[in-house]
Amino acid sequence: MGLASGSPTVDQGLKSELEKEGVVLTTLEQLYNWGRRSSIWPLQFGLACCAIEMIATACARYDIARFGAELFRPSPRQADLMIVAGTVTKKMTPQVVRLYNQMAEPKYVITMGACSIAGGPFKEGYNVLQGIDRFIPVDVHIPGCPPRPEALLDGLMKLQKKIDGQSIESAEWYQQGQKREFPIPAFGPKGLEPPYNPEVWKPREYEQKKQTEAEARKIHGTIHDPKQSAVSQ
Amino acid sequence: MTNTIETQTRPSLSTQQLEVSIGPQHPSTHGVFRMNVVLDGETIVKLKPVMGYLHRNHEQLAENMSWLGSMPYTDRLDYFCSMTNNIAYALAVEKLMGIDVPERAQYIRVIMAELTRLVNHTALVGFLLNDLGAFFTPVLYAFREREKILDLFESVAGSRMMCNYMRFGGVKLDLPDGFVDCAKAIVDNYPPFLEEMERLLTKNEILMARCQNVGILLKDLAVNASVTGPVLRASGVNYDIRKIDKYGIYDRFDFKVPLGTVGDVYDRYYVRILEMRESLKILRQAFKELSAGPVISQKGLIAAKSPRNMKVPAGDAYGRIEAPKGELGFYIVSEGGTKPYRYHVRAPSFINLTILEDMCLGHKVADAIIILGSIDIVLGEVDR
Repeated sequence: MGLASGSPTVDQGLKSELEKEGVVLTTLEQLYNWGRRSSIWPLQFGLACCAIEMIATACARYDIARFGAELFRPSPRQADLMIVAGTVTKKMTPQVVRLYNQMAEPKYVITMGACSIAGGPFKEGYNVLQGIDRFIPVDVHIPGCPPRPEALLDGLMKLQKKIDGQSIESAEWYQQGQKREFPIPAFGPKGLEPPYNPEVWKPREYEQKKQTEAEARKIHGTIHDPKQSAVSQ
Repeated sequence: MTNTIETQTRPSLSTQQLEVSIGPQHPSTHGVFRMNVVLDGETIVKLKPVMGYLHRNHEQLAENMSWLGSMPYTDRLDYFCSMTNNIAYALAVEKLMGIDVPERAQYIRVIMAELTRLVNHTALVGFLLNDLGAFFTPVLYAFREREKILDLFESVAGSRMMCNYMRFGGVKLDLPDGFVDCAKAIVDNYPPFLEEMERLLTKNEILMARCQNVGILLKDLAVNASVTGPVLRASGVNYDIRKIDKYGIYDRFDFKVPLGTVGDVYDRYYVRILEMRESLKILRQAFKELSAGPVISQKGLIAAKSPRNMKVPAGDAYGRIEAPKGELGFYIVSEGGTKPYRYHVRAPSFINLTILEDMCLGHKVADAIIILGSIDIVLGEVDR
């Protein structure tokens, strides 16, 4: 893994010989990713029950500091990682998206718990968003209700693996014209407007079918009215 | 004389009131709570709580599912104290169905309720100190103890936080082997922890300076606002549902109800410390008197085996308990079917929150944060 694709690779035998002498050979990219993965600062942002398990993870027994992610920042400007811990209600969604937009690049999102993944047990609720991935891109999903602290640590390790695999050359946040801010939905009497961000999320096939069927029924209903169709003609 | 009056009435600088929105993303609002505060300098002139950021339709969902189906949802009301929430809901349905609870199950319920009180009050002291500016260190101490009790909960219910342990007419499973010994060891090791906490905090000059005479809640106002729990008792009102209602078997235990004198944040903190000591007393008695026997009554067992077919006779019932945060009540109306017709939760922290403005007026912004912390709100319960 070189910085550029054409850069020479080091012989593994020579590398291990040098390591015995106390000389470490690495690439800029590895060093860069090692630094980033070892100091992921999460946003101190709890929504519901899962937030308590997030706090428990930060406490002495599970000690998230072993993974370099103990510094919970209250300000999104200083945070690298947003742990969406808890039920995202429709009233709260604009704030969550705004917080994501305010975070500086590179930024990652972990959804913790069934609620933030897909609504969880409260899926049927009229005020519950069925998954925050409708509005912002999510890197790691951690199922559970609530997930155990070990699960959160596992999710963090998965994220670290993802960071290891990223390269400076193709990193999204260095590309020109890369859009990493997402429109904030408006919360009104009819819920969220728009209900999802089509750039990030698309409804599954059966949901789409349902929607088109409902629309067709609507159109059918208007055609039945002869007066209205006459006016439109 | 006239000169002084003049200087008092005439402001030296022209000032302007400032409106600040604290929350919903704020490190010390205990969740997604928001308050709109009007400030004159640093002094609070007006405070308006904005709720609903965690409105999860608990009541509506419960009205559309079987009676037992909403038991796991009650866990998620006040997510620190899932056991007490379970008990309160079970109590309401048991009243309506006329199910008895066996002796052993009653004792298990008391043990779980008092352990929950320990968890809640310990965590609260940690978070209160967090709000005072002692960032995270007290929480570390508190969560160290909390984890031990959560291990017990996990051994009986299979889950750390969301226990879903109570059933109508008893509890889900009997205690595992060695539970009582583990619990006894925790109870025996709790007083040293409390003493350590008190040595660090109770006579701490910073804590006293910040908490004493801050956010005073007078007796009359507290009673009129139907405040319950440690907040009410800190104001000097002797009202504990464990003593008044004697639900379950609480008449068998010998414990005191600690009362405050001033009704400030410090009293609220100290009442909770004393309450934990009383809880330990109850636990010790319960361990002594715990006898063998069934953990769920026959009628309850039938109901628990086929929850979808379980029918509750028509009528209404109100089951209430002394939850760690105050009076937690479930009001249910049945039409004789498999679903509740109406299901209402009297959430203590929601009702305690209504007097936040009265307590905060005239104080500084920083005091508002600790007053909020001393009420001990959990947003899952406030917004439901």
